[in-house]
Amino acid sequence: MSAMKTSFTRLALAAGLGAAVAAGGVVAASAEEPKRGGVLRIVVGSKIPSYDGHRESTFGMIHPIRPFYSLLIRVNPDDPQSSDFICDLCEGDVPAPTNDGRTYTFKLRQGVEFHDGTPLTAHDVVATYNKIIFPPEGILSNRVSRFSMVDAISAPDDHTVQFDLKYASPGFLPMVATPFNFVYAKKDIEREDPEGKDPQYGMKWHQNNINGTGAFSFVEHQPGSHVLGKRYEKYHHEGKPYLDGYKAISAPKMSVRIQAIRGGRADIEFRGFPPKSRDDLVKALGDGINVQESAWNCTFGYAGNQTKPLFQDKRVRQAMTLALDRWGASNYLSKIAIVKTVGGLALPGHPVATPEDVLKTYYGYWPDIKKSREKARELLKAAGAEGAHFKIWNRAVDQPYKVVGTWMLDQWKQVGLDVEQVVVPTGPWYAGLRDPNAFDVAIWPSCQSIVNPIVDAGAWLSKDRAADNRGYYTDKVLDEWYDEMNREGDPDKQKEIYRKFEKRVLHDEAHFGQVLWWHKINPHRSFVKGWKIAPSHYLNQSLDQVWLDLPDEERKQRTMDELGG
Amino acid sequence: MYKYVVKRLLLLIPTLLGAAVLVFLLLRAVPGDVCQLRLGGGGEWIDPVALEQCKIQLGLMDPMHVQLVDFLTSFFTFNFGESMWTGRPVSYEIALRFELSLQIAIMATLVSIIVAIPLGTISAIKQNTWIDYLVRTISIAGIAIPSFWLGIIIILGLLITTQAWTGTPWMPPIDYRPLWEDPAYNLSMLIWPAVATGYRYSAVATRMTRSALLEVLREDYVRTARAKGLLEKMIINRHALRNSLLPVVTIIGIEFAFLMGGLVVTEQVFNLNGIGKLFVESVTNQDYVMTQSLVMLVVTIFVLVNLVVDILYAVLDPRIRYS
Repeated sequence: MSAMKTSFTRLALAAGLGAAVAAGGVVAASAEEPKRGGVLRIVVGSKIPSYDGHRESTFGMIHPIRPFYSLLIRVNPDDPQSSDFICDLCEGDVPAPTNDGRTYTFKLRQGVEFHDGTPLTAHDVVATYNKIIFPPEGILSNRVSRFSMVDAISAPDDHTVQFDLKYASPGFLPMVATPFNFVYAKKDIEREDPEGKDPQYGMKWHQNNINGTGAFSFVEHQPGSHVLGKRYEKYHHEGKPYLDGYKAISAPKMSVRIQAIRGGRADIEFRGFPPKSRDDLVKALGDGINVQESAWNCTFGYAGNQTKPLFQDKRVRQAMTLALDRWGASNYLSKIAIVKTVGGLALPGHPVATPEDVLKTYYGYWPDIKKSREKARELLKAAGAEGAHFKIWNRAVDQPYKVVGTWMLDQWKQVGLDVEQVVVPTGPWYAGLRDPNAFDVAIWPSCQSIVNPIVDAGAWLSKDRAADNRGYYTDKVLDEWYDEMNREGDPDKQKEIYRKFEKRVLHDEAHFGQVLWWHKINPHRSFVKGWKIAPSHYLNQSLDQVWLDLPDEERKQRTMDELGG
Repeated sequence: MYKYVVKRLLLLIPTLLGAAVLVFLLLRAVPGDVCQLRLGGGGEWIDPVALEQCKIQLGLMDPMHVQLVDFLTSFFTFNFGESMWTGRPVSYEIALRFELSLQIAIMATLVSIIVAIPLGTISAIKQNTWIDYLVRTISIAGIAIPSFWLGIIIILGLLITTQAWTGTPWMPPIDYRPLWEDPAYNLSMLIWPAVATGYRYSAVATRMTRSALLEVLREDYVRTARAKGLLEKMIINRHALRNSLLPVVTIIGIEFAFLMGGLVVTEQVFNLNGIGKLFVESVTNQDYVMTQSLVMLVVTIFVLVNLVVDILYAVLDPRIRYS
């Protein structure tokens, strides 16, 4: 199966940012012959709200549940740093659009079966995507508005699925490849309530039940403790999975997850650890640990609340971004926090991302921080905001919120601003963000799965269009450019619009201050092979290519211990 | 006695009602909601329509008084509802974790009793000797050291020492297996938190045993016993210790009740899937239904344990009669 390579689905992230980096050991060459058997032990730092991928958005669900399901298309597990999509349930190459980019026709593999023995047909895929994109009232689907380009989904025959779009959109395929789009069986979605009470019983069935076509079938879930899966022998990717099973152990505390890897209770954690923990593990285990690192598709930024007079003056906003020494922080802050990469709105390395030399002309990205801060002081003076007082509204989570928030506070103080930081638990923090009277400057992170900057730019639209807009601004120019960009079929023109959109957000209007991109660090036991780090903790989690480079006896013992034979 | 027990059980109703109203109001005084956390707690993008729908589904848009009446009605009809986070019945979620919490509570209480009563007794008998000073130092350290910190030290100590001795670091298991399924695995997981928390509680009980025993040893009947020529061992065991145990039993009873729901941090340190961890998760997730039910559970346990302690008084001291 070859990967589809179009200019927008191909990321080819810069080697320095995207390539997996090994420390303490060398990441295995793919030439090694995979060994079959054994059970992989994963630690997961978040909880499972429900099993329904269409409804949820947390890695706490993806890491333990994704291996039970398949997608129509997925990120290439052998090269997750690129955004080459490959067919999972579809056959051959990912289809190119027809009808002026408005029709995508997927041919499905034949002979695929759900874990309960039901054969997969195009009607299952249609029912799945109808549930995701056009859910009936009362059914929660978390990606409806991101599929706004889709007009209809149909099954011309039992093995063909057709998506008709309202307009050509390069954001469509990345949305289809989103790892939350688990393919369900139509008969499960249409199940009737045995008690005859709930007419939407089938639509909710997957919240508490699992029946997929993934590499592993469900064995047990002990809420708060673990999820156990075993190899699905009829998995549609021949010869896979290599593992007999996996156990995803819930461990909310980071220190437990680190110690579990060190103490042999777990083999890997897929979200990411801070640099200090990586160094501790490498020091303790030496060759017993491999570290993979990658740029992370999570922005970490801030916005001044533009309902407040201070931040209505764009000179103040520009001064704030000018005060931040991003290039310096990329070196020193990255030693203690999970941030590193300097970039604009698009993940550096993506074709639409602004090249570094251009970026360095934007406010806040100048290489000379002294000059930058002089300009900041000048702008503050012109705006009559010298020594202005404001508070950063931050979340009581260490990585990277509190660490970077404290750094920002210091940076702003260096241009004479009088800054305080208010750190509150997650619930009150979100509640505060919804109340424009509650905060001055909000920390504004955004984590995505598939690298899809064209669609993701929707976060920076006017408040009436982007509910999550933490600057509470209205900028109709941005809204217009966004729509234009998303309907533009020519990648070059699209890139052009994206660049001016980005410049307006970061430089001209400085609505949003992108501080640094997150940096993903995954230390794992060196016998875990076949897994490659992706630029998102949501991606490459099917586990079908993972294997354990352990002696036969040890692999057998693991299977005995966890699956009983 | 029977009437007394019934009266105490009936008092449970207003106690629970008061606790229910209090926890209901306090939880809603905290800004934020479970939907926002569930859909975007990791910084993920949230579909505003989905957010709205989630709130409607969970009844968060209902007026406050409607939510309160719903809660009280469901609680007093023993229908605890479904967790707002997982959608599973609250009773199921609690039952899953109750066994582990109960085992830890029993083990920690046993550790506490095994350590506290002999040490407290020796300390009282050897008052103002080096043995007394040593026991007092150990018990003061136990009070001063938080059990979660001790837990961290235990885990790190195990990792470092096992690596130094065997070359392979070892730590206790982080996923639970019931005692009857795999006793060795179960105990190798739970003994450490039991020791960490048991030590903390034994410190309090040791000091209580010591001071209560010292008081009793100064009583006239002890002097009489000595004057009669009774063996010191018999005086301590049969007369003094038994009579000095009333406050110790109270302390141990309250500790046991606390252990059932209060091992919040220790459970996190050892990754125990118990009631305490569920408590902290439900609070951080703003899962009102789960938190309310857990508070009610803990209140009920406290009231019942207090009742048992009161009944034990009568067993330990025949002079005490309830009517």
